Amino acid sequence: MRRFTYVTANTVTDAVKTKATTPNAKYLGGGTNLVDLIRADIEHPDTLIDITRLPLADVEEISTGAVRIGALTRNSHAAAHPLIRTRYPVLTQAILAGASGQLRNMATVGGNLLQRTRCHYFYDTAAPCNKRSPGEGCAALNGGYTRNHAVLGTSRNCIATHPSDMAVALAALDAVVETESAEGNRRIPIEDFHKPPGETPYSETTLGENELITAIELPVLPPARNSRYRKVRDRSSYAFALVSVAAALETENGRITNARLALGGVGTHPWRARTAESVLKGAPATESTFREAAEAELSTATLLPDNAFKAPLAVRTITATLTSLT
Amino acid sequence: MTHDLSLRVNGTTRPVTVEPRVSLLDVLRDHLGLTGTKKGCDQGACGACTVLADGERVLSCLALAVQYEHREITTIEGVADPLQQAFVKHDGFQCGYCTPGQICSALGMLAEHRSGMPSAATEDVATTPQLTRAEIQERMSGNLCRCGAYNGIVSAIEETAR
Repeated sequence: MRRFTYVTANTVTDAVKTKATTPNAKYLGGGTNLVDLIRADIEHPDTLIDITRLPLADVEEISTGAVRIGALTRNSHAAAHPLIRTRYPVLTQAILAGASGQLRNMATVGGNLLQRTRCHYFYDTAAPCNKRSPGEGCAALNGGYTRNHAVLGTSRNCIATHPSDMAVALAALDAVVETESAEGNRRIPIEDFHKPPGETPYSETTLGENELITAIELPVLPPARNSRYRKVRDRSSYAFALVSVAAALETENGRITNARLALGGVGTHPWRARTAESVLKGAPATESTFREAAEAELSTATLLPDNAFKAPLAVRTITATLTSLT
Repeated sequence: MTHDLSLRVNGTTRPVTVEPRVSLLDVLRDHLGLTGTKKGCDQGACGACTVLADGERVLSCLALAVQYEHREITTIEGVADPLQQAFVKHDGFQCGYCTPGQICSALGMLAEHRSGMPSAATEDVATTPQLTRAEIQERMSGNLCRCGAYNGIVSAIEETAR
């Protein structure tokens, strides 16, 4: 394993300053993804700045009624928090659908947002990958095995899926990512946080080079109390999604007044299903509406022979998940 | 550059000098001689290296030792629990390689359940579910057993939890 220098930060200001003045440094949270990627010779930092001592591990309701999750809150602690379990069950379910008990105890929510794809060609340093080595080509698109790959938000350079379950729920909930850097604070809507691959698949988020995630804020969202995360995968636990659905639904007299829908396993980034939502809004809360909305969302999918099954699977999973919320 | 650490392991303070790239797993096995904790995949996929840190189950292969100086580490060498006898009684293993990780993981899991934590098998996550076999299977999914002793493992945990 490549050598690196390890330093600890005791304040946010200290962390941000150290990052800005240290060449080729990375923030280190739980390490569940970064340590693995360094060992796999994919990430090559010269210095790791341990941020786990920063006071950013609280879940609290703020004056606006929104819920703020500190970036260093462990995934398991976020999932188990009463405020999340009761007001945003879709988020608890999404977090618990990902990884394992051990990993959820280690991984931070800030790190969860920044985890890299599990595309097997990204991990295989003997295969070309535009995400790992810009301009090298894409083994998946060049005759590779693409059963696990994305069908939405893809480009000619990359079709890797974003692996996070948590981020899919956050997309449905209109979460906001709070950051700090030498330039000050910033609030980034979750939909603007992850980027599609386009021509630059190695650039995955809009986070600045030295910017530190300090919190995730969940807005007041009454429909979220009636929400659900459904994950379909090759085994019933501890596997990445083939298709996953985060949904929240509010109805009045049989009509949909508010619907939130986001998809995992099918997109190159956590996929907010805005097309489907526009079909749902004001329509009768029936299975046929749900299917119509799902089909509209998947109508723009770019399918390959290996992953074409994901479109009908997504349509069925969306329909079933929304139906379960009526 | 190396770091001089005072690790708390199984109730005693153990000084070690390590590079920051050294995992907690390698410190336990290669520096402290605690070979009960096993290296399976070394990439966080199999659970064989599970230990407890302040009572929470973690994967020591993905843990950099330098990050664990202020945590109370418990390895299988520091465990004496009825769960171990239950593993023998219910044939919760064949080759035994995954067993230290299974035991540490189960102890952490039972504590999580006692604290009210739901799981992906819980229908209503606002409630604390009964620890059914389905709940145990879901909560233990991070520990693989290639001998396939899963039914015995679940039975051992189920009996201990009662």
